[in-house]
Amino acid sequence: MMMNDPLIQVKDLSVGFTNRAGDTLPILRNIDLSLHKGDTIGLVGESGCGKSTLALAMMGYLKTGLRVLDGESDFKGHDVFGLDHHALEDIRGGELALIPQNAGQSLTPTMRIGQQINEALMLHTSLSKSQWRERSIEVLTQVRLPEPEVLFDRYPHELSGGQQQRVAIAMALAGEPDVLLLDEPTTGLDVTTQAHVLELLSGLAAETGMAMVYVSHDLGAIARICDTVVVMYAGEIVLSGTARQVLKHPDHPYARGLLSSIPRLKEAVVPASMPGQPPAPGGAGNGCGFVDRCPLAEQLCHDERPLLEPGAGSEMVRCHFHESLEQLPPPEPPKRPERANLEGADSILQLEDVAISYHEPGFFENILGLESMVPPTVDRVNLTIRKGETIGLVGESGSGKSTILRAIAGLKAPLKGSIKFESTENLNVSVDHRAKDTLRRIQLIFQNPDSSLNPRQTVGEILTQPLKLYFGLQGEELRERIEALLNRVRLRVDYIGRLPSQLSGGEKQRVAVARAFAAEPDLVLCDEVTSALDVSVQAAVLELLTELQAEQDTTYIYVSHDLSVVRAVSDRVAVLYQGRLCEIGPAEKVYSLPSHPYTEALLGAVLEPDPDIKPNLVTEDIVELSPPPSGCPFQRRCSRRIGEVCDRETPPWQSTGQGHVIACHIPLDELQVMQKQTDMSPATLVGDKTGLLIT
Amino acid sequence: MSDTTTLIRENAFVKLLNILADMVSRPSGLVGLSLVGFHIVLAIVSPAIVPYDYRVMDSLAILSGPSAEHWLGTDNLGRDILTRTMLGGQQALLVTSIGTVIAIAWGGMLGVMLGLIGGWLENLVMRLVDAFLAIPWILFLLLIVSVVGLGNAVLIPTLAFFYGIPVVRMSRAATHDVVALDYITAARARGESRITIVIKELLPNVLDVLLVEAAMRWSWMLLAFSSLSFLGFGVTPPTADWGLMIAGARSFMSFAPWAVLAPVVALSSLIIGINLSADALAKALGIDRAQKAPL
Amino acid sequence: MIKLFLQRIVLGLLTLVFVSGIVFVAVEALPGDACTAYLGRMAKGTRLENCRRDFGIERPALTRYAEWTLGTLQGDFGMSLSRDKPISDIIGTRLRNTLILGLSATLIGVPLAIFLGIIAGLWRDRPLDLWISTIAIFAMTIPEFVSSTLLILVFSVWLGWLPGIVTTPPNAPLTEFLSDIILPIIALALVMTAHILRMVRTSVIDVMGSDYVQMARLKGVPYWRMVFRHVLPNALLPTINLVALTIAWLLGGVVVIEVVFNYPGLGRLTIDAISDRDLALVQAIALVLAAVYIGLNLFADLLTLIVNPRLRTMRH
Repeated sequence: MMMNDPLIQVKDLSVGFTNRAGDTLPILRNIDLSLHKGDTIGLVGESGCGKSTLALAMMGYLKTGLRVLDGESDFKGHDVFGLDHHALEDIRGGELALIPQNAGQSLTPTMRIGQQINEALMLHTSLSKSQWRERSIEVLTQVRLPEPEVLFDRYPHELSGGQQQRVAIAMALAGEPDVLLLDEPTTGLDVTTQAHVLELLSGLAAETGMAMVYVSHDLGAIARICDTVVVMYAGEIVLSGTARQVLKHPDHPYARGLLSSIPRLKEAVVPASMPGQPPAPGGAGNGCGFVDRCPLAEQLCHDERPLLEPGAGSEMVRCHFHESLEQLPPPEPPKRPERANLEGADSILQLEDVAISYHEPGFFENILGLESMVPPTVDRVNLTIRKGETIGLVGESGSGKSTILRAIAGLKAPLKGSIKFESTENLNVSVDHRAKDTLRRIQLIFQNPDSSLNPRQTVGEILTQPLKLYFGLQGEELRERIEALLNRVRLRVDYIGRLPSQLSGGEKQRVAVARAFAAEPDLVLCDEVTSALDVSVQAAVLELLTELQAEQDTTYIYVSHDLSVVRAVSDRVAVLYQGRLCEIGPAEKVYSLPSHPYTEALLGAVLEPDPDIKPNLVTEDIVELSPPPSGCPFQRRCSRRIGEVCDRETPPWQSTGQGHVIACHIPLDELQVMQKQTDMSPATLVGDKTGLLIT
Repeated sequence: MSDTTTLIRENAFVKLLNILADMVSRPSGLVGLSLVGFHIVLAIVSPAIVPYDYRVMDSLAILSGPSAEHWLGTDNLGRDILTRTMLGGQQALLVTSIGTVIAIAWGGMLGVMLGLIGGWLENLVMRLVDAFLAIPWILFLLLIVSVVGLGNAVLIPTLAFFYGIPVVRMSRAATHDVVALDYITAARARGESRITIVIKELLPNVLDVLLVEAAMRWSWMLLAFSSLSFLGFGVTPPTADWGLMIAGARSFMSFAPWAVLAPVVALSSLIIGINLSADALAKALGIDRAQKAPL
Repeated sequence: MIKLFLQRIVLGLLTLVFVSGIVFVAVEALPGDACTAYLGRMAKGTRLENCRRDFGIERPALTRYAEWTLGTLQGDFGMSLSRDKPISDIIGTRLRNTLILGLSATLIGVPLAIFLGIIAGLWRDRPLDLWISTIAIFAMTIPEFVSSTLLILVFSVWLGWLPGIVTTPPNAPLTEFLSDIILPIIALALVMTAHILRMVRTSVIDVMGSDYVQMARLKGVPYWRMVFRHVLPNALLPTINLVALTIAWLLGGVVVIEVVFNYPGLGRLTIDAISDRDLALVQAIALVLAAVYIGLNLFADLLTLIVNPRLRTMRH
């Protein structure tokens, strides 16, 4: 085999399935792709575009029901679909290894970590049994797992999500692969953990010279890892080129729309949304797959499928009119409605010294009347929310953001402190004891419409419930209101009789939004409302939310782990760590220096879809399971810790003006100087230790 | 108004037809439903079409084999076996179908309530349910029937009570799965009453599980009913009943096997029919976890 | 984990207490009492009074319940009215015989069910699976008295290979039961196998569709190694409890089988006791059978705790 021969060569590959009606529907169409030693290719696209199917097809694996319609996929010169199972078993996990999307579910629960890595060694290396343990510990160390000897004997469920992902990487490395396929390996991890895992992967690629195929919907992650980017849409490659070319000067209308629908950390605007939605898998017609959503579409695009041809630079484009793309004005972000001056606005909600605990007092605690030894999940939360504003609550999983929303909604009673609505109405009581009008004025929108909409109710029934409960509407009046609501969230009126399962993800979330707004609420609690959606759909939902706010002067509490989204919608931002507030202030102040060290860590870990912006990792990605008993909540992970005082004393609130406050023991001017220095220096990997602190 | 409701509401009748169509499209469903349908029709029309009176004894034809007069032969008292077999499912079908409906209704309702309310009450009732399950059902049935007496007025409530107990457990588990979902949280946060949550949000989602459970319970109950008859604690002679017929014919099955085989085939085909239907129903409703669609 | 262990044991005991309560209340709630039930039409005048005095029925229910449970704890179930013997003497050998029957059926049925269930699960929807599954439905649904009757018809009436009815006395040594017991065991094992087989099949299919099995295949693990290392441990773990539950639940069916074969076990004793309206004996049998049921489930719980790493390594 020649040095320059490709490791993987996909030739005109089409994969599809036969539906119940007997039609053959393709979900991969005429894919051509080659991967050489040292290449890192990113496969991007929205859910259902076929990117994971393509990656698995490179291993000769198709999900049940799928089959190759045409073409082949070669590994080192042999079509993987023509190999017998012995040859396939040799390649898989050996020369060609996969790192799966959900490591937690991809590790066999009944086998110890060590056994699973040993298995890879047994199958794919010539090492003798006595050397396995040593080599396993070596690869566990290589992925920077702490205490590999201890981990070796652990079961998967005893590890945190970040650790499981690292184990999956170690298992792939054990076979000393030439090619690594990564299927959304960081989806579902916290931002800081994700950034660390990505740094690890790009380091490994540089160290070992492995070729990589990185599948992701996250252009930020792709920008960190890949030299080449391949954009997929409706089962075909629509654009491929160098990362810089594709991400900075996208030459295809879809890629352009996709990139402009991503909210950016530095811009306080809701990004431009893309109209429509991708065709169902296998549902693309004879013409261009993107034709229904394309601003350039003409009759030709409906009739004839464009070919993948060289674009203006080194890239390949599948578009009839890519040359004229330049003349098209850039997608316009929706005008952000003029914000009323919120300075003097009345407060709508006040949280005073709120603490919330999930700990059930034990027998002895009850008898002896002891104060609980377990620190509450949420503590010392003071927050005043003004009428008409959007306040963003950010933090990683376990930061207590959703818990606070549940307390406001009356689903979880606070342990102490007070929650007041319009400074008079006491919200410490649960839903059962609240006045109907109070219930109506506070509405909740959930993260995942798949679980927040009853699958047995039609859109009409779902919207009927609040209208009937709060306004007692019936008959014709009810129907008119439902239709008005559907119009307002831009859904067709005939959706009234559909079930949630007949809607796309974005449409479902619109129904959830409509249900909340049916109550004509004053305060809407948004719990990660766009994190289950694709970016292009996310932008449209964000746009809808800001529009509705402008029309009805609604107040939002917007909870998210995504700092860019929060930046796009919020007037003020509050940062939470382990249920304690670290920083509150106007969005532009929170997103600039000086910051609380935790805010700094979060901002540094944000991945921008731009290969020139490198993350700035300032803390270790330790997973903490419960807050420390005293002192600063961030004490155990803080890179700027100054000593005992951080463990002992609750940090004071320091103000920078305009209502921006930071809870830290370090004087703000000193903090700013320190942070400016780190900001200048190139990306550094501070924490190599990934630990699981159990307290 | 009617226009509004048809558009807003899912059409229950259409849904039922769809489920039936799906069931019939599977071989197990087709066979199962045909068997059950056949038995139900037979139970209804038999009294009008049977060739003999089920009580009449023909002293000239005792234990005679299948012949032109008696297609399936006669028993030890000279009664026509075809007649008795055709009528033998009436009591069983009547008692067990009413019993199943009651069992599913009370067990399902209680289970859903417990699953929603939770707390110490749920724990206490579940302990009781576990205790009841620990006692062999047949022992209780026998005890009650033997002390209180025979008859449908005793059998139906007793069967309905004992067969509702496992339903409590099952519907509580199904409710727990649903209660954890956000749409229930949404309904609670909206301030919907408990009753509304149970009727509008929970029941429609637990109903599928209950339907399949009902089909399964029906077959178990039929089994129990026939076992009771067989042991002499169910239907009283001379009523025609399969369990009773099998018990009676057992003693002379070495020289008159037809007398045993006829009710055996009848009873087995009904129970198998119900089970095949239950399987197909579960698959049609997408409950059978093994039945995951590839795409 | 020790905490969980103890928790399960305490829960089991609690259930047993509940059972004793239910049994006692149920008997109390029935019209009449032990004496009227036993004496039947002759329950009149001095005979009834004497009987009631002998058995202390006039005393308050709670006192009698306390006495009964305390006695039970010491293995003293009281006297049998109909047989005039201590109940514990009667139950002893009968329990032995029933346990032999149940245990033998389990030893044959469970391994067979697991084996066939795995086969059906791995070859899902292929002809082999369809055959196994269809036969399982038949075996599962046909009432025990029907299958027993058919077995007798074929193997003892037509073929004459095995005795159709047990004639050995209850307290005979085990060796004398050998030929008697084969048909009852087959009848019981048939139902058991069918039920468990279906559970194992579903569980195997579930696990085959899991992410970790897909990962194992993409790691290049050969098929049979994958089946034994990745699929089976995970598929069989959750069935432990279900198996115990099924076996225990089928104990109810033993009653019928014992009657059909005239097998001298606890089941037939139940029928006799009920026919004789010997309520004290019925209470005792109910309690013993419930204890067996609870014990089986407890055993399965503890076994799961030991073999399931997720539970075993729980820290608290």
